[in-house]
Amino acid sequence: MLLKIRDLRVSVEDKEILKGIDLEVNPGEVHAIMGPNGSGKSTLASALVGKDYFQITHGKIDYEGKNLMELSPEDRAREGIFLGFQYPVEIPGVSMVNFLRTAVNELRKYRGEEPLAAGDFLKLMREKKQIVEIDSDLTSRSVNEGFSGGEKKKNEIFQMALLNPKLAILDETDSGLDIDALRIVANGVNKLRRPDNAIIVITHYQRLLEYIIPDFVHILYKGRIVKSGDKNLAVELEKHGYDWIKQELDVEAKLSE
Amino acid sequence: MTNDQDKIIGEVTGGDYKYGFYTDIDTELFPKGLNEGIIRNLSAKKEEPGWMTEFRLKAFRHWQTMKMPDWAYLKIPEINYQDIIYYAAPRKKSRYESLNEVDPDLLETFNKLGIPLEEQKQLAGVAVDAVMDSISVKTTFQETLAELGIIFCSFSEAVKNHPDLVKKYMGSVVPYTDNYFAALNSAVFSDGSFCYIPKGVRCPMELSTYFRINAANTGQFERTLIVAEDDSYVSYLEGCTAPMRDENQLHAAIVEIIAMENAEVKYSTVQNWYPGDKEGKGGIYNFVTKRGLCKGDHSKISWTQVETGSAITWKYPSCILKGDYSVGEFYSVAVTNNHQQADTGTKMIHIGKNSRSTIISKGISAGKSNNSYRGLVKVLKSAENARNFSQCDSLLLGDRCGAHTFPYLEVDNRSAVVEHEATTSKIGEDQIFYCNQRGIDTETAIGLIVNGYAREVLNKLPMEFAVEAQKLLQISLEGSVG
Repeated sequence: MLLKIRDLRVSVEDKEILKGIDLEVNPGEVHAIMGPNGSGKSTLASALVGKDYFQITHGKIDYEGKNLMELSPEDRAREGIFLGFQYPVEIPGVSMVNFLRTAVNELRKYRGEEPLAAGDFLKLMREKKQIVEIDSDLTSRSVNEGFSGGEKKKNEIFQMALLNPKLAILDETDSGLDIDALRIVANGVNKLRRPDNAIIVITHYQRLLEYIIPDFVHILYKGRIVKSGDKNLAVELEKHGYDWIKQELDVEAKLSE
Repeated sequence: MTNDQDKIIGEVTGGDYKYGFYTDIDTELFPKGLNEGIIRNLSAKKEEPGWMTEFRLKAFRHWQTMKMPDWAYLKIPEINYQDIIYYAAPRKKSRYESLNEVDPDLLETFNKLGIPLEEQKQLAGVAVDAVMDSISVKTTFQETLAELGIIFCSFSEAVKNHPDLVKKYMGSVVPYTDNYFAALNSAVFSDGSFCYIPKGVRCPMELSTYFRINAANTGQFERTLIVAEDDSYVSYLEGCTAPMRDENQLHAAIVEIIAMENAEVKYSTVQNWYPGDKEGKGGIYNFVTKRGLCKGDHSKISWTQVETGSAITWKYPSCILKGDYSVGEFYSVAVTNNHQQADTGTKMIHIGKNSRSTIISKGISAGKSNNSYRGLVKVLKSAENARNFSQCDSLLLGDRCGAHTFPYLEVDNRSAVVEHEATTSKIGEDQIFYCNQRGIDTETAIGLIVNGYAREVLNKLPMEFAVEAQKLLQISLEGSVG
């Protein structure tokens, strides 16, 4: 097993957002986490990568047999966890090439490998750029600076390709994308799907899942996973909307009162 | 969230000063205090001609009528000028009589600082004048340069060997009446570098002066004079370090540059005086007057500075653009951390027609420090079509430091175009986290961001020094982010 989350509770400024999450992810699997706004999807992603604004108050996260909570954010990244950010931040003055070369070499250092020579690195970059059909000039600019919404998201997948993670968490990678960009991003992700890695796709809409076919779909509502199923669950959800889930749950809640 | 910030700030401010060692060397010291007797003794010690002694005494008398300037955004503790030693010189051992032989302890000191004084070990293409406390220890490549007619020597040697040049130019750009510290320096300066590039000569190597304060309780007062004749070119570098001490030490220097017709002088500084400890104890007071005169038409003077050291910095490298079509440039990165204070910037005085100036200032504040840019752009009536572009950026690390910008504009010619841009930004937690999530730790992330921010200025430094300066920026901010 790659990732095993047990009864995870996460608070932000003393407000509990996640109220007990259980999730298991094996290599080769793609999990989709869906849910209405405010259900805790991004909180889950942030907690997994160790942003300490999010306090884990209870539960366990086991990653390849290690207690993930004991690792710093950079060590989690070096252990192969990648987050495709919902809102990639701009870093003016830092070139994409310099940024990525530093990232790749930090990763290599962690694994006890020699740093990549400049020439080899540029070759690697050229190769990976094709996966997301990224324009060459994007990589000569500062990190995300002046990128359009679509370019930022493509850039996230490009970085994923370059860093080759074991577990990639894509946080609303589809938001703000037009249909062409969506297809390119989704194709990129599909090319990176392998039996030895796993992907968690966080999304509000089923649209992305027409391109990235998930093995499992989980519906997150009010801080809990309230329903899990296969790809058909997403289709059903799209048909009935989130109200369907809300109603079902609220009825249950009333019954139990 | 603030917790997180404090932690990161704590980390970055924890960096160590690499050059804080002291060399235990036999040093000749004057008694503490400042009076005419001390100045006469100093002048006699240096075997100076009468005109120089007179110059010093005039400056001293003038200084006594002046008050310390208080207009800068700095808190300067009172300085007792009678409690300072004004002359400290490593004593020459009798067996090193020859000019070319330097005491091995001194060689070792400069080796440790990364400045080998043996010519064969030097960075190819850099000539060095090494100044320790009050005297020049050695100047390299003098003979090679002399073949081209270039004079590169210590200021004391210049007074002896080239008195006419010194007499003609010393004080012509920064008169001793200019300001409090300039007057003090003119009275008690002990050494420094002199450089003369004859007509039509491009200096084939970088010239540099390395200033080292070693002795305790002393002040360092050096003077640099650079004269570039018509159609000549020189690139000059200056570096400085000092031991770590709990007491503050005063460094008050003067640099004067004269560029004749079509001449170009590039002056680069990597200032790394001891900044004091994390609590703000100790460190150098760096009160420096640097000014260049673009005397001839089409002349050009560029100042590039990377300021990371000193407890207090008061410094405004300036250009007087007298020649028509003359060009003045000021590129600066000033870093303050912990309790450091800096008030630095430039003055561009446009006199000549079509004179142009560019100011790029990048301030970086961390810890509890204060960092101010202060700049004057003055266009005189005569300066038809003068152009200035100024850009002043401030970068804040954490929320306990300050960044301030004080631009002054005085424009007396309606054809002039003066542009000023300013930005203030903060290294965001989100930026650092984005880097962390890609496997880049916080220190490295800050290094990337700060060097990216300062790149425009670092690119102006000669290659080898740009690399050094990059490392220095990172070390200076080690332990400090938000």
